[in-house]
Amino acid sequence: MSDEIIKAEGLTKIFNKSLVAVDHVNFCVKNGEIFGFLGPNGAGKTTTINMLITVLKPTEGKASVLGFDIAKQDYNVRNVIGVVPQEYTADEDLTGMENVLLCADLYGIPRDVAKERAMDLLKLVELTDFKDKKVQTYSGGMRRRLELACGLINRPKVLFLDEPTLGLDVQTRAASWDYIRKLKKEYGMTLFMTTHYLEEADALCDRVAIIDHGKIVVVGTPEELKHSLGGDIVTISIKEDADVSELIRTVEHVKDVKNEDGSYRIKAEYGEVTAPFIIEALRRKGYTVTKLSLTEPTLNEVYLEYTGKSMRDTEESREAFATQRMAMRRARQ
Amino acid sequence: MSETNGNSKSKLHGLWALTNRELKKWYKAPVIFFLTILQPVIWMGLLGKAMNIGAIFSASSIQLPTLNPPLNPQQLQQLGTFFSGLQSNIMQGAFNTTDYFSFMAVGMIAFTAIFTTMFSGMSVVWDRRLGFLNKALSTPVSRAVIIFSKVLSATLRSLFQAGIIIIVAIAFGLKFGANFTPLNILGVFAIMFLICVGLSSLFIAITIRSTRMETPMAVMNLINLPLMFASNAFFPTNFMPDWLQTIAKFNPLTYTTDAVRQLLIFNTDYTQLALDFTYVGIFAVTVATIGIVLSWRYLSR
Repeated sequence: MSDEIIKAEGLTKIFNKSLVAVDHVNFCVKNGEIFGFLGPNGAGKTTTINMLITVLKPTEGKASVLGFDIAKQDYNVRNVIGVVPQEYTADEDLTGMENVLLCADLYGIPRDVAKERAMDLLKLVELTDFKDKKVQTYSGGMRRRLELACGLINRPKVLFLDEPTLGLDVQTRAASWDYIRKLKKEYGMTLFMTTHYLEEADALCDRVAIIDHGKIVVVGTPEELKHSLGGDIVTISIKEDADVSELIRTVEHVKDVKNEDGSYRIKAEYGEVTAPFIIEALRRKGYTVTKLSLTEPTLNEVYLEYTGKSMRDTEESREAFATQRMAMRRARQ
Repeated sequence: MSETNGNSKSKLHGLWALTNRELKKWYKAPVIFFLTILQPVIWMGLLGKAMNIGAIFSASSIQLPTLNPPLNPQQLQQLGTFFSGLQSNIMQGAFNTTDYFSFMAVGMIAFTAIFTTMFSGMSVVWDRRLGFLNKALSTPVSRAVIIFSKVLSATLRSLFQAGIIIIVAIAFGLKFGANFTPLNILGVFAIMFLICVGLSSLFIAITIRSTRMETPMAVMNLINLPLMFASNAFFPTNFMPDWLQTIAKFNPLTYTTDAVRQLLIFNTDYTQLALDFTYVGIFAVTVATIGIVLSWRYLSR
C-alpha cells in the first residue's frame, strides 16, 4: 500500500452536459491525515465527495481510493470506506441502536459482530444512554454523532465526512471536532472532509484544499496557507522618539516594516516567534517597547486572497438550507 | 480488517434490512397501520354496496305502466318471478356471477395493488431528497437490492391488504365459486405478488431519476385511474367500446382481476387461469428487469 490513500487526477464532473461542477481537480490524500475541502456553497465539494464514494460517476479523469479505481472497482471502494453524509440520514422512527444495526446490515456484517461494534461505537460517541430512544428525540449534535457511529460500523480505512457540523451551534460544533479527533485516533483512519467553516478547517485539518467554482485554487496545511499571505502583523510602539525601522528590518523573518507615526507595523513570518526577537533587538540598543500586538492571518484572509470573496457571504444561505432539510425530514412523518 | 466484512456476504445482503426499514414505517405506526386496514373496508362499503347494479334489474326498480284492466295478483307475481329470473340472467351473462358485490370486491384487490405500489416510487424520491439513497449507494449493497427492497416492501403491503379485503369481503357476503377450495387463496396471493412486483417496478422506473415529488405524482395520477378503469376491475370489458377493449386486453390488471375471479367466485376455467398467470408473470419479469437495468444506469448519475 502506497502512502497515497486517495489520488485524483483530472477528476471532472459535468451535469447535463453543461454545468461544470468539478473541473479537472488533482490532489492526493496521505495515509493518516485529515484532508479538508474548503469552499462556499456550490463550489463542488459535495460533488467531489460523491464521486469518491462512488455515488456519482466522473465525467472525465480518474481517482482511486486505497488503490481501487472509483469507476472500475467501485464495489471494492465501497467496502473499505465509511461515509458520514451531510444530511441526517438516520431514520426518525427507529432507535439509535436500530439505525446503527441497519447500517451494519448494509455492509453485510453478521449480527453478533455488528451488535458488539455498535455498542463500542455508541459508547465512543457517548450515546449509550440513548441507544434505545427513537432518533426523533435526539438533538442535532446527537444526530451528528449517530451518523458518525453509522459511518464507522464497517471499520473503514478512509472516512468521508461531508459538512460534519452543518447546522450545529458553536459549542456543539467544537464538541463534534473532539469526537472526530478521538475517532481518528482510536481507529487510525484517513479522513476526507468538506466544510465551509474556516474555523473547522483550521481546527481539524492537516491539509486543506480551497475549492472554488469546481477548481482547486490552493492546497496546503492551514499554517502554510496563512504564511503564504506573507506572515503575521506585529505592531510595536517604543517610548523613544527615533526611527528604528532599519533596526527592525535586520531581525530574521521580518519582511516589511512601516513607520506609522511612531507605531511600527511589521509584516513577519511566524510572528509569535519573531516578536520576542524584535523586542530583544530593540532592548539591546536601549529602546523601550511600550506596546505590542500580534495579528495572525486567519483562513478567512487566505480564502479572500485566493477567491476574491469573503467566506461569510455564503454562510447564511447555507444555514437556511440546513434548516429547510430538517423541516423536510420532519414533514415526512 | 477488511476481510471481516469482505467476501463472505451474498449478492442479496441488505435486502431484508432495507425492506424491513420500509415496512417498519408502516407497521410501527399504529395510525397508518389502522388506516391501511380501514381503507379497503370503506372502499368496499362505498363502491360495492352503494353501486348495487343487480338491484337495477329487479322488479321493484321498474315503474310499471298502469295497465287497463289492472293486473290481478297472480299475474303480478308471475311478472315478479320473471324479473328476478331476468335479473340473475343478466347478472350471470354480464358479470359471470349473480352478485355484483362479489364481482366488485375482487376488483378491489387489484385497485389496492395500484394504490399501494404507487407509493414505492415516491419513497425512492424521498430517499434521494433526504440523503439516505446516497448513503445506501455508498455501501456495498447492490443497486438492484436497493430497488428490489422498495418493490418487495410495497408488494408485502399489498398482499397484506389483499388478505384484509378477502376477509372483509367474506364478512360482507362474498359468494364463492362452485369449485372454490381454501387453497385457491394461495393462488390469489401468487398472482397478487406478480402484479405488485410488476407495478411497483413500473412506478419506480418512472421516478428513478426524479429529485422532486411533483412530476412523478402528476404522472402517476395520470396513469393510475385509466389503468384502473380500462380493465375489468369494476365492469366487464365486453360491454366497453372496441378501442377501450383493446386497451383493456393489454392491461395486466385485467388478467390479474380475472385470475382472482377465476380463483374465488367463478367456476374456474383453468385454461384462462393459466393464460392470466402467464401474462401477468411475463409483465412482472419484464418490468422488474427494466427496473433493475435502469437502477444500474440511473440510480447514480
